[in-house]
Amino acid sequence: MEWASWSEFWDMAGYGLYVWGSFGVTALCVLIEVILLKRAGTDTLRRLKRMQQWEEQ
Amino acid sequence: MKLYTFASPATFYHLAGKLIPWFAWSAGLLTLWGLYISFFLAPTDFQQSEAYRIIFIHVPAAWMSMFIYLVMAFWGAIGLAFNTRLSFMMARALAPTGAMFTFVALWTGALWGKPMWGAWWVWDARLTSELILLFLYVGIIALWAAIDDVKRGDRAGSLLTLIGAINVPIIYFSVIWWNTLHQGASISVTKAPSMAAIMLQGMLVMAVAAWFYTIAVALVRVRRIILERERHTEWAKAILEGDQ
Repeated sequence: MEWASWSEFWDMAGYGLYVWGSFGVTALCVLIEVILLKRAGTDTLRRLKRMQQWEEQ
Repeated sequence: MKLYTFASPATFYHLAGKLIPWFAWSAGLLTLWGLYISFFLAPTDFQQSEAYRIIFIHVPAAWMSMFIYLVMAFWGAIGLAFNTRLSFMMARALAPTGAMFTFVALWTGALWGKPMWGAWWVWDARLTSELILLFLYVGIIALWAAIDDVKRGDRAGSLLTLIGAINVPIIYFSVIWWNTLHQGASISVTKAPSMAAIMLQGMLVMAVAAWFYTIAVALVRVRRIILERERHTEWAKAILEGDQ
């Protein structure tokens, strides 16, 4: 184990801003992609179903 | 059952649906393992202290940014040559994730560059060609979005992807061809890696996690595209009527 305490872990020897800025923004990007993907999926399904119902009338 | 039956959108739609949870869960578990190596097993670097831990994201993201582009170009070429519908859909499904990884590679590179080089950004051959890659992704996505006719859009986008593919070897070899501030590759096929085994292991685990993540999200996206384009077929109608 490299870290004596949690505060040392978050500090990253003074590079905390850079290290957590990298990992944090990457996690955010992945999260945004997954949320957008979910939303687009339900939107598309709803739209296609509506179009189908409309065409069948 | 022959391999080409999977080239049928209907078969592939169902196959992809079964594969997605496997890839998604593997990606999640591998990410946890990779993060554990990145922060708890990998030792402090004697030159770069703790800042070097950024490479556990930076390098896999940079690899993915180039690899996804090549896979897109491959599907685009197959689509243009054989007019296979699914190939174009695959190319479209991969682009947003490729753009995301390119952005992550540039972002983490900047955050590493500031403490190590003293600059967020330099107009170095490696950095500039990677930025061009981001513009290519964005340009291709915008082109697809701008052309309403699906077939024309597919062809135009794939053609642009293929032309832009010349940029990928330029990115990869830029550190050899030009005198760049960016360091050379730490891992190559011919030489032993110039880093500790545990650091290499962390990077590889994160790279495989990124791969599985990419496959999972691309499959989710391609299923949506398939359903959109095939909605007049009987099987797609059955799906749309099925789960209300």
